[in-house]
Amino acid sequence: MTDLLLDATGIVKRYGAVAALKGASLAVRPGEVHALLGANGAGKSTLVKILTGTVRADGGTISIRGETRVMRSAAEARRAGLVSVYQDPSLLPDLTVHENLRLTQTPVQPFRDWVDRLGIHRLSIHDYVRDLPLPTLRILDLARALALEPDVVLLDEMTAALPADLTERVLEVVGKHRESGRSVIFISHRLIEISQLCDRATVLRDGETVGVVDMAPGAEDRIVSLMLGPSEDGAAASATTPAVTRAAGLAPAGEPATASATGTPRIAVRGIRVGTRLADVSFELRAGEVLGVVALEGQGQEELFEVLSGSRRPDGGELLVDGVPVRFGHPADAIRAGLVYVPADRLEGLLPQRSVRENIALPFSARMADWGPIRGAAEKVSVDGAIARLQIDTRAQSEVRRLSGGNQQKVTIARWIATGVRTLLCFDPTRGIDIRTKRQIYALLRELADAGAAVLLYTSELEEVQLACDRAVIIFGGRVVEELPASAADEPTLLRAAYALPPDAPMPEQVAEAAIAGGTVA
Amino acid sequence: MSALNPPIAPGQTREASSFGQLIRRNGWVIGLYLLVGALLITARLIRPEYGAPDLQSLATAVLPLAFAAAAQTVVVISGGIDLSVGALMAFTSVTAAVIMKDRGDEFGLIAIVLALALGLVAGAVNGLLVVISRVPDIIVTLAMSFVWAGCALLVLNSPGGGAADWVKSLSVGSYVTEWLPRALVLALVAIGVVWIPLRRSRMGLAIYAIGSNQVAALRSGVDVRRTKVLAYAVCGLFAAMGGLALTMNTGIGTPVPGPYTLSSVAAIVLGGVSLAGGRGGMLGPLAAAFILALIRSNLFFMGVDPNYSTVIQGVILVIVVMIGGLATLRRARA
Repeated sequence: MTDLLLDATGIVKRYGAVAALKGASLAVRPGEVHALLGANGAGKSTLVKILTGTVRADGGTISIRGETRVMRSAAEARRAGLVSVYQDPSLLPDLTVHENLRLTQTPVQPFRDWVDRLGIHRLSIHDYVRDLPLPTLRILDLARALALEPDVVLLDEMTAALPADLTERVLEVVGKHRESGRSVIFISHRLIEISQLCDRATVLRDGETVGVVDMAPGAEDRIVSLMLGPSEDGAAASATTPAVTRAAGLAPAGEPATASATGTPRIAVRGIRVGTRLADVSFELRAGEVLGVVALEGQGQEELFEVLSGSRRPDGGELLVDGVPVRFGHPADAIRAGLVYVPADRLEGLLPQRSVRENIALPFSARMADWGPIRGAAEKVSVDGAIARLQIDTRAQSEVRRLSGGNQQKVTIARWIATGVRTLLCFDPTRGIDIRTKRQIYALLRELADAGAAVLLYTSELEEVQLACDRAVIIFGGRVVEELPASAADEPTLLRAAYALPPDAPMPEQVAEAAIAGGTVA
Repeated sequence: MSALNPPIAPGQTREASSFGQLIRRNGWVIGLYLLVGALLITARLIRPEYGAPDLQSLATAVLPLAFAAAAQTVVVISGGIDLSVGALMAFTSVTAAVIMKDRGDEFGLIAIVLALALGLVAGAVNGLLVVISRVPDIIVTLAMSFVWAGCALLVLNSPGGGAADWVKSLSVGSYVTEWLPRALVLALVAIGVVWIPLRRSRMGLAIYAIGSNQVAALRSGVDVRRTKVLAYAVCGLFAAMGGLALTMNTGIGTPVPGPYTLSSVAAIVLGGVSLAGGRGGMLGPLAAAFILALIRSNLFFMGVDPNYSTVIQGVILVIVVMIGGLATLRRARA
């Protein structure tokens, strides 16, 4: 048994009643690059926060070089020999690079050396950080971490938005880092990178460590199956729930509305581009269908929904509604064009201190043309209709914030139904709500689609694709990489596609080829 | 610092030292000083006899606001705001005036030290309340402004007290040449002694850091709470200097707060300190304090009704800040 450099065991963390981690462990040997993997919500980010001292664990121990440590702050983790580089750079925008180094007491010369080795040559350290481009900042963040000569560097999605040449440099430098007996914890959504770079991988599922895999040929398959968990569960769920969905749905249990697959699509997205996140996304959404969007965290789905809901202007590409090109300058434009948005964070869409009734009626009374006295009677009819249709529990209706999460989410949907919905954009609408309400929401989406609406549903829960959608597009690295009918979109297939792995059991050579091909395309 | 700042390696350019970049980075502040110059010339044009004595009295009159602006600057850079600056100035001012009343010169020193200590502690109390209660700064300091104003009245319930002669003389007259007002020297020295070492220390960086981005600051190992308390404490210290300046100028203490809280916010906004935190320095607000006073006095000399002159002052403030906003916006788009 090798002496472990970092050993975290039995880590437990609860947020209220929800256990984010229930006995996670992570053991890193000296001189290895260790991947930390898990599907969305598996507890990865919580574990990272605990390791780096941003969040205190409720149980478990962390030891570095055999010494038990309690991390209370980033500074303390750093003293213990663990430095992390986050997805969003943690350099302070209003300080110069040099001042940032002073703040973290980073020696300047080693920092310069690392920056040089990482492939950035023209840097004045007296530039303000706010004036530097994002990829550069990530590199500087990494260089700063390496200059501190930590025992363990934790890279959280470090390569997610780096251009290919810089990524290569980063991977090379990270790979070399282990030669000195130091270690790297590597978190990435790119399984290809992981198989190239890492020695071992720890897989988390539902807040527990479910396996540690040596990165040998074929390891990707094991990783994917570990992330998914015992297949019986998934099979059982998908065997029963569609039936439930159909039963709960008021619509006759017919075939998904594929008949409308002709004619002008309700929405056509063509080559939409946003900053570094969305490279080129195209798809069509038709009336009468529920289209699923599947992506790992941070693949550009947020930006896509922001563009569609009018809160962000794309840098390029075209958006057609009913065949007519549109440009949204404001969410009101999108709403006028019939595109309405249900955010994952319900409080983003609700007025929490106001009543259920007011919240549902808001899109009515906010309409510019309708300013003036609110027509109470007409409003009441449609609001009551929506409440009844969604079976919203209105016992606590005087303030929306006192409703349960599920009922709040129903209110955010109800407000659009009350006005008559044409295109519903749902961003992970079932996040953190109970299974019963989830099913009601699936049924509702189906019902809306059957009534002629078009529904776009981003979901972080893969099984929802088969439960609620007709079709799914998979986005990876800001591009649509796959499009599947719901019948073919079982969880393993989706997860592979979401990691941009080839659909069949891949030979490592194929993976490498795919990586090269992907690299040249990008 | 030298240990952390090794000589620049050969081959690596140090563009920061180039003149052009210096101008670009400090464009706003340079513009403010040009504006001060323009306003002084305007004053001379309006009133040809405008000269050194007027400059001296201008500096004397600006002194309390200059300190108030310095106080507000520290807190706003750290991402907060302090609405109790004016009340704290009144509190420290009457405290100093009461200590010095009918006493010898040596009590002047005691009064100054005690007033500064009082300001420091009161500021730290503001900061602690913000940090512990997690109530927004604006509310905590608004509430505390009533507390400090009440304390001022408890110390002295009507204008009174006194000041040692040498203390009064600190803010009038001039040094070396009659064109160098003592009040200006006092402001520069007092602010510099506190601010320059702080700005160069990690504590000072931390103040900018928490105002710039709290999450990133936390990740960089900054103790956000402690830094916030520090920022408020330094703010209190500067506010106490402002209070002492009031006592110097009037020779007495007045327990009712002057208009310094809102004027200080106006001065820092004009001085290029971002209300969102993280950006700005001391030189801008100092110039801004002079600009606000000069606009007012120039309008007075032009014979404009004082009621109109406050309106004009406000309009000018809005316009200048808008120009700054547009410039930033254009740079962001470019």
